[in-house]
Amino acid sequence: MAHKSDWTKNAAGRWIPPEINGEKVIPFKGIGKHRPSGNRYGPPIRTSIDYPPDGNKQVETLKDALVKSGIRDGMVISTHHHLRNGDLVANQVFKAASDLGIKDLVWFPSASFPCHEPMIEYLKDGTIHHIEGSMNGALGRFCSEGKMRGVGVLRSHGGRYQAIQDGEVKIDIAVIAAPTADPFGNANGLYGPSACGGLGYSLADMLYGDRVIVVTDHLVPFPCIPMQIIGNYVDFVVVMDKIGIPEQIVSGTTRITRSPDRLLIAEYTARFCDAAGLIKDGFSFQAGAGGTSLAIGIYFHKMLKERGIKARFAVGGSTEYSVKMLEDEVLEYMLDAQTFDLTAVESMRNNPRHPDISIFHCYDFHGKGTYTTMMDVMILGATEVDVHFNGNVVTHSDGILLHGIGGWQNCLHARCTILPVPLFRNRIPIIRDEVTTLCGPGELIDVIVTERGIAINPLRTDLLEKVKNSGLPLKSIEELKAEAEALCGVPEPVDFEDEVVAAVKWVDGTVIDVIKKVRRNP
Amino acid sequence: MSDSFSSGNTGPSARGDCFVTLTLKESGGITLDIQSKVGDLFGKSIRNLCLDMMEYYGIPDAHLSIEDQGALPFTLRARLEAAIRKAFPDCKPFLVTDHSGIFYPSEKDRFRRSRLYLPGNNPKLMINAGLYAADGIILDLEDSVAPSRKDEARILVRNALHELNFGTAERMIRINPFPAGILDLETLIPEKVNCVLIPKCESREDVIRADLKIKEIASESGIDHPVYLIPIVESARGVGAAQEIAEACDTVVALAIGLEDLTADLGTRRTEEGDESFVARSLLVLAARAAGVQATDSVFSDVANMNALEKTALESKKMGFDGMGCIHPRQIPVIHEVFAPTSFEIEKAQAIVMAYEDAEKKGLGVVSLGSKMIDAPVLKRAMKTIRLAETLNRIPKNWRETYGT
Repeated sequence: MAHKSDWTKNAAGRWIPPEINGEKVIPFKGIGKHRPSGNRYGPPIRTSIDYPPDGNKQVETLKDALVKSGIRDGMVISTHHHLRNGDLVANQVFKAASDLGIKDLVWFPSASFPCHEPMIEYLKDGTIHHIEGSMNGALGRFCSEGKMRGVGVLRSHGGRYQAIQDGEVKIDIAVIAAPTADPFGNANGLYGPSACGGLGYSLADMLYGDRVIVVTDHLVPFPCIPMQIIGNYVDFVVVMDKIGIPEQIVSGTTRITRSPDRLLIAEYTARFCDAAGLIKDGFSFQAGAGGTSLAIGIYFHKMLKERGIKARFAVGGSTEYSVKMLEDEVLEYMLDAQTFDLTAVESMRNNPRHPDISIFHCYDFHGKGTYTTMMDVMILGATEVDVHFNGNVVTHSDGILLHGIGGWQNCLHARCTILPVPLFRNRIPIIRDEVTTLCGPGELIDVIVTERGIAINPLRTDLLEKVKNSGLPLKSIEELKAEAEALCGVPEPVDFEDEVVAAVKWVDGTVIDVIKKVRRNP
Repeated sequence: MSDSFSSGNTGPSARGDCFVTLTLKESGGITLDIQSKVGDLFGKSIRNLCLDMMEYYGIPDAHLSIEDQGALPFTLRARLEAAIRKAFPDCKPFLVTDHSGIFYPSEKDRFRRSRLYLPGNNPKLMINAGLYAADGIILDLEDSVAPSRKDEARILVRNALHELNFGTAERMIRINPFPAGILDLETLIPEKVNCVLIPKCESREDVIRADLKIKEIASESGIDHPVYLIPIVESARGVGAAQEIAEACDTVVALAIGLEDLTADLGTRRTEEGDESFVARSLLVLAARAAGVQATDSVFSDVANMNALEKTALESKKMGFDGMGCIHPRQIPVIHEVFAPTSFEIEKAQAIVMAYEDAEKKGLGVVSLGSKMIDAPVLKRAMKTIRLAETLNRIPKNWRETYGT
């Protein structure tokens, strides 16, 4: 592959351009090797002289709020994804901007969902220049096909907080969709028809955004308690008829898998954790809300219950299943950055052992520590893993960008990171010679669990020793790869053009890889 | 010529499958229209597979249309062959030369606690079936396959047996009733089958006919391992003839009961309690035991209700059955747990075995435990319990060394 002469090979062996979207790039230097200096970014000083003395910051419409916030070409507009696929706010922000004739905005979401497909229209008409945030489904495909004018920038949830805090991304206008708010701007996600739980993803936006707009469909008199969003940081409050579609806010992924293959993977994962001595009194874990992860949680629950021991804390992603663990006293604390169903919302309202936290609490690499390094067991997914245990979560093997990073990169720092993945999906082997896109270095990925065997990273001699007589189907990662290829065949290489369509940032803000435009034969 | 011939499944529910349409032409060579979910990564290999098969079958001019939902090569080949066979019914099979389907010869009295049914025309369920540690995997050509799809299912099952690894499970097929079943046997016996399930069995002749046909095919294709039979009794008439069915020939290893058809024949319907089939199931167990073969119970159809499955399995075990059918892998561990020997059963079996070995060492002609005589069937049953307990790691293989300490 031809490379421009000024590109650099980063510490992970990936070629990185010197700048992206006109900004200088720092190539990935290795895990824990980048030490930034200087101070955190500070937003402009505001004075209460400029805000209504009666505390009522309501304006009529979102468009009014954007205009009053001084929206202009090229600004960075942030939104967050607590309303998930039921979000009705983000699209309206850019519709309003489009109606105002604003151009070249940067959309800076904490994540995007299929409901955000209308953004393609605003990317096409020039309202949005590029997206810095996850690009799922149609948006990812649009980006992969080289149709976005700017280069997409993908960050982990913690990386997003780091970028805001370090001043790497300056939010001009933050729009926070809040299921309940008062006229002063205090808000939370616990009540109202669009209740979604915590609002932790928007904490950085609230703190560092130049202007902050709270949008709600459930206005309550001052004070809105609890104040997950603090009105003193808020410029304007907008009341809309409806900010979310409840059935889409409650994620459809939060059901335990019924697939026998996935259940087998879950069983192997739980048995591995047990054999490795990870399930013990006071341990901590994080399992996502996917069907396999939930099934693993059920196994953990059963083990803890049977043995009369407790996990000290879990970080989530909470669901009715983690709530059951709390209520069953097998889990002491559920530290919750994202609430996936109404049972979990209810629990957050009522259970002091189920507090909402922000991404700063658990994932920010430029904080004074992160929770993830303290966690014993981390269960994550992946679209691909390679024989060096490197992981990919953003593109599929055909090179198309279809997922965001989420908290994945941040979570890799746990004491034992496990990826329960099927050996192949739809004929496509998950284990490759080299991942199509590098999102996480193999030295941080400890175990791959598939339905056909478990591969332990050779660096983890301790784990290998602990489980060697467990009766579990232990295999080398090369054996697993060969087994998949014997059934599926060896995938053909994907043809990329030289054009970079997106960059993948590591948790410290350096660039670990870039995604290129997929070449399509005419 | 402008006829079109199709095979396979289509639509979003056909994951892991494909739909092939072959249109024969007079000229123009081979043209391909491949719509594949995995085209970016396997497009060339799918094209090559198609072209290789067209060359093998000597078809110079045709249009092939393939809607692929991520089918593995064994499925692609089966679907394409089935379409070609519709056009040319007498053409030869297409098999890859490497027989990678792992085969273990079976034993007559091996454990048959669970047998997992897989619909014969659904490739997706076949791929990982060997991972669930069922004692037997049944590739079904009978009730789960629509009459119009029998031919293509037979080819798919053949390819699955040829290429997939079903682990330590017995490789079982459920054939169609004769005469259609003959074609099933001719196609599949050469692919190393451990057991053949004969559906709707009503007489010893049904069994003998299948046995003779299997032996004939095995001889012609150089198969030297035993192919066992499990007749399925599914009618009142079959229940009445259960013992002659069980004793029909020495390859019968078990009698199975099929309760869906049986209850229909009895003019009743299945209930969770199973009262309506209690007598039939008891008669089947008696017949099997009298003939010295295993008895295996019907499937439990509510895959979501594990508690009811466990209850039914406990009832089956109590009645004397050795195992049950399964229609979902989730049912396997529940059934295995129920049919595993209890601590009491293991201890009793250990005592019997130790008493026997002790008597043998002393050269005693009569073996007794306490005041009770131990005869050959009791010993055999005890040995079987011990073997199962060892297999399940309920007792160590060297348990004799610590026995009584």
